[in-house]
Amino acid sequence: MTIRRRIVTIVVAFAAVAVAVVIWAPTVGSTSISLSRAFDSSIPWEDNVDAQIFFVARLPRVLSGAIVGAALAAAGVVLQAMLRNPLATPFTLGVSSGGALGAMLAIALGLDLGMLGVSSVPIASFAGSLVAIGIVYWLASSQKRGLSTNVLLLAGVTLNSFFSALILFVQYMADFTESFRTVRWLMGDLDVGSYSPILAALPFLLAAFAMFAVLPRTLNLLTMGEDVAAARGVEVIRAQRLAFLSASLATGAAVSLGGPIGFIGIVVPHLVRLMVGSDHRVVLPAATLFGAAFTVICDLAARTIMAPLELPVGIVTALIGGPFFLWLLVKKS
Amino acid sequence: MTIRTTMDAETTITKHAKLLVVVLFVSFVVPFVSFVVALQSRPQRIVSLVPALTEMLYAMGAGPQVVAVSSYDEYPPEVTKLPRVGALLDPDTERIISLEPDLVITYGSQVDLRAQMKRAAIPTFDYRHADLRDILLTMKALGARTGHSAEADRAVAAIEARLAAVRARVAGTRRPKTLLVFSREPRALRNIYVSGGRGFLHDMLEIAGGDDVFGDIDRESMQASTEVLLARAPEVILELRPDDIPEGTPTQAELASWSRLASVPAVRNRRVIFISGRAVTVPGPRLADTVERMALALHP
Repeated sequence: MTIRRRIVTIVVAFAAVAVAVVIWAPTVGSTSISLSRAFDSSIPWEDNVDAQIFFVARLPRVLSGAIVGAALAAAGVVLQAMLRNPLATPFTLGVSSGGALGAMLAIALGLDLGMLGVSSVPIASFAGSLVAIGIVYWLASSQKRGLSTNVLLLAGVTLNSFFSALILFVQYMADFTESFRTVRWLMGDLDVGSYSPILAALPFLLAAFAMFAVLPRTLNLLTMGEDVAAARGVEVIRAQRLAFLSASLATGAAVSLGGPIGFIGIVVPHLVRLMVGSDHRVVLPAATLFGAAFTVICDLAARTIMAPLELPVGIVTALIGGPFFLWLLVKKS
Repeated sequence: MTIRTTMDAETTITKHAKLLVVVLFVSFVVPFVSFVVALQSRPQRIVSLVPALTEMLYAMGAGPQVVAVSSYDEYPPEVTKLPRVGALLDPDTERIISLEPDLVITYGSQVDLRAQMKRAAIPTFDYRHADLRDILLTMKALGARTGHSAEADRAVAAIEARLAAVRARVAGTRRPKTLLVFSREPRALRNIYVSGGRGFLHDMLEIAGGDDVFGDIDRESMQASTEVLLARAPEVILELRPDDIPEGTPTQAELASWSRLASVPAVRNRRVIFISGRAVTVPGPRLADTVERMALALHP
């Protein structure tokens, strides 16, 4: 099989799984609904509970799960390759804690920034992510030799700790009920309740994915080292900037939509590498699609296992993903 | 004979005198001594770390005995002048001890604080809020502990009478399926926390004549997803808002988030009602006010 054909076959297979999951997931939930009734346009909207459960509760939730999962998994692949560090995650560079700090401040201060049907929290979260991206980028590019991955990593990790401390400070100073809400936000929540937050996050995600599309070959060369990549004609600094900005933008948008859902950004890339090898032309699209399907499945579990109670999705991703990853790791080694 | 009679008379007088002394002792000295003892054992320097119990103390006339309160206390207004000694998660032990309290009121989960108080030989009164009955029993127990039994009993009786009046007013009326929300992300249907089938909020709703849509959930609270809210289709949504927003029907902006749930009868019939004010979620003596307001909203 030629390389091109192999890539296409694998990506099509992953895409088929992801699409199947996204189509199937809204049909199941804690309530049993009639799909024929849900799609029956002769019933007035106000009277059609099935349609509302399908279109208002489940569909936006499944879509945001797919988007968040895809963005975090892709960002994980890009950052691990760019930093040549298998432990890098979308949260390593401080973007997520910047987003979390923004959300905490919006909750604790009761900010009212809501616009276009999007509430304050996601807006403040995205603004926080942008601040973090700006600081890390400024620190890393102030080096003489362009963007230094070491500085990037150290600055990111330090900023992460610094922002985490600020998050704890805000929580500590907040009113008790607000403090509880901030803790809950940190566990991740995909019940967005409308399409507005998805539409608001979409332009940034599309921009990030457009950048991801030109990265795979560059990432393959970058993983071999900056000198090798440069010798093969890669404009290293430009490629690193593109990788950093795309991954950060995707992470910021994903966190503003669903909160900082852990585990996906670190484990899905490795999981997919164990399945399909390490060529980024396969890994990047496959991880993106797998991240989407995996997150939707985890959220489906979160909303049904204990229904009508629900589990925070961040807990489910780690509970389901952890043992699965360890099993695959042991089996492969 | 005469001598014997005199002797008898003297014996009788002595007997009467003894009886008189006993009667006097029983009727004056015993109450006086026990009053003095009670006054001495009645705590004079109370530190309260639970806002609901601070309110109870003031309601039963023990306010002058309170010397410090938690960081979250704001009612009655007098407490704002008192020193603050931290709260549930961050009690300032050193400050508490330095105030030389003879009673510290702690919340159930403050195990470490109680151990420290025990080491410092400072008595504590432990509290954990559960259902409505527990709140009223706690109030009585607190009255007994602080030397205000009668006032506490009277305050509890007054609350019970008001609750009974609400019960009587709504008896026989149809109980609407009600969703009781106590926390939500502003301007969005996210992070919605509602009352389950247990605890004082549920009890308050039941007395006010509502049928809790999550009455079957054996928990004090739960996070309700959009799907579950649509499926349970409440006829009335009561939103308890501790922030001071206008009472009654919410503004268009606030209602806009609920309007996404178009099939929910409460939304359709515009029966989304806000009950606002700092007291609405405090499990203290002012809960009767909230119950009355809930009843008025449910059965106008």
